[in-house]
Amino acid sequence: MKAHPIKAAAFLQNEARADWHDESLWFVRAKRDKAAHEIPEWEQLRELASQIKDHTLSRLDDYLEDFERHALENGVQVHWAEDAAAHNRIIQSILKKHRARRVVKSKSMLTEECQLNAYLEQHDIEVVDTDLGERIIQMRGEPPSHIVMPAIHLKKEEVGQLFHEQLRTEKGATDPKYLTEAARQHLRHSFLKADAAITGVNFAIAETGGVVVCTNEGNADMGTHLARVQIHCMGIEKIIPQTKHLGVFTRLLARSATGQPSTIYTSHYHRPRPGAAMHIVIVDNGRSKQLSRPDFRNSLKCIRCGACINTCPIYRRSGGHSYGSTVPGPIGSILTPGLDLKKYSSLPFASTLCGSCSDVCPVKIDIHEQLYRWRQIITREGHLPRTKKWVMKIAGSILSRPGWYEQAGKTARRLLRGLPRILVYAPLNIWGKGRELPPPPRQSFREWYRKNREE
Amino acid sequence: MKTALFIPCYIDQFYPQVGIATLQLLERLGCEPHFPEAQTCCGQPMANTGCEQEAQESYQHFVKVFQHYDYVVTPSGSCAYHVRKHYDVLEQTEAVQHLRRNTLDLAEFLLQVLKIKSLDARFPARVGLHQSCHGLRGLRLGSGSERNIKEYSALRTLLNMVDGIEIAELQRPDECCGFGGTFAIQEPDISVKMGKDRIADHQRAAVEVITAGDMSCLMHLEGILRRQQSPIQVKHIAEILNSQV
Repeated sequence: MKAHPIKAAAFLQNEARADWHDESLWFVRAKRDKAAHEIPEWEQLRELASQIKDHTLSRLDDYLEDFERHALENGVQVHWAEDAAAHNRIIQSILKKHRARRVVKSKSMLTEECQLNAYLEQHDIEVVDTDLGERIIQMRGEPPSHIVMPAIHLKKEEVGQLFHEQLRTEKGATDPKYLTEAARQHLRHSFLKADAAITGVNFAIAETGGVVVCTNEGNADMGTHLARVQIHCMGIEKIIPQTKHLGVFTRLLARSATGQPSTIYTSHYHRPRPGAAMHIVIVDNGRSKQLSRPDFRNSLKCIRCGACINTCPIYRRSGGHSYGSTVPGPIGSILTPGLDLKKYSSLPFASTLCGSCSDVCPVKIDIHEQLYRWRQIITREGHLPRTKKWVMKIAGSILSRPGWYEQAGKTARRLLRGLPRILVYAPLNIWGKGRELPPPPRQSFREWYRKNREE
Repeated sequence: MKTALFIPCYIDQFYPQVGIATLQLLERLGCEPHFPEAQTCCGQPMANTGCEQEAQESYQHFVKVFQHYDYVVTPSGSCAYHVRKHYDVLEQTEAVQHLRRNTLDLAEFLLQVLKIKSLDARFPARVGLHQSCHGLRGLRLGSGSERNIKEYSALRTLLNMVDGIEIAELQRPDECCGFGGTFAIQEPDISVKMGKDRIADHQRAAVEVITAGDMSCLMHLEGILRRQQSPIQVKHIAEILNSQV
């Protein structure tokens, strides 16, 4: 996999487009700020949400078993999947059992993580993503670039062209209302024909055995209300203990995600409709391993609002695809290294550690601190490029020895003063590609101090 | 009160005027900080690159040099933050704990220890304030745009004590400049783009000078400004607080 800096540089080739991308996401961040500032007890809510999640993670096994017991009592069929492969197999066997060939799916980052669509298609099952953004990228055959706004990297002109080609809309049409209507008409057929509906899960309530799905388009409900089989896929970390805790999270979720007071639909599913079947698939896929890492455990508090992604100055200027992981941005950069450290070793470095991610996080994950800690592990496990490690070793030696340090500083300043510009700004000088070096002074501070304060 | 001045390595070597302004300002306020000459670096450049191990010697050296002072003052929120936050990997001896409590950024020292209410300073210019991230979100020198708490900014409080200064309002008051230590080299394209975008915001606000609590951000921004041949200057906040035109 190409490292983040290479893909980021490619994204920035088109600076005007990068600016547009940055502005679009900053607009969402600004809406989030406004919504957060309208709630006087916002910081208290964040603290509460963080504590509820910490508590839940501290006895996740108990809560999961509670959840399962209550769901079974409600007539729901519960399945446990250790990894992505098991998840996909289970879904396929459910579909096979119910003789379901056509599936509609509402938004689920978990099924994206498990690459469910490709698996089902291999098994001759038709899957249609029904969230508008997801439908767009499914038509384009590309992964989402954002966890809440999967097609945020696309302009309406591009969507217009895509719909013209695939849905026969008018050529050159860019009116969002017109294009959305075309998508609605097209999706209606899929909803009506579907044998099964798959959704993701935002919250799973241990006390009731019910799951909660938040959408803006109502597509989860269209699917589950029409199909004879409904399947809800959830990671083990989606659990909250009781219904009374839900309000804390729903108040934070939509405001953090898009600046809305709440999502348009907050749907509660407890039991199958008469004559229909309801399944819940509970997936681990590396999560219990993350739970076992004390430094990274609390990344499992994440409620997938995407606020850290919208605020990240690196994400906004490099796009979601530059991360090469299902979940991009700061939260992705602390979750994915746990799955494959070597493959994703450039991600924890795709940050200035500015800390904005941790401050917008509605459940107070110390994201930038975890990025810092992943960096240490990446070095310890030998995944830092050898030259970098070598340079750091030398720097460490010089910077801890006053004599060496002073001599090195003096030499560097003298060289910068004496060498011709063409040598100072040779290609090896990465700093100098877009920036001037500081003008080297004749005297360091310590030399001045010696002369002016000690003599 | 025994106070030591910690001048970060890159300020010592490339921006001696910032060290001088910091020292003179503290002296004017009746404080006589000592500059222990054996000092070098807090170790942050290595540690932020994932090489905490390679930074150990710097950490130990820092503790050895500064342990006997009541306060260590530094014109860098970032270095102060590093000592306070990331020296947690050292054995927590009394000396280490003491330094993790009492290594302060200049703004903190002025407002929380010296408790100054006014300054004899004059700087007649239109100034844009860059809120360096580690000072802002690490040391909590300001409320930050993300959190819903009562608005405050230590740097603004200090700048407001200066005569003749005009502080410009920015569209994005606390976005990162893109320096980020070795990030500037590892992700040079994004780093420069972030710097250009910050500068554009200051340009729209028609500033003459960009100031910050961290010279590293300003070194990065200055590098871009000079490449663009922009007339905008950068000045560390200590230079402005120490100005008497």
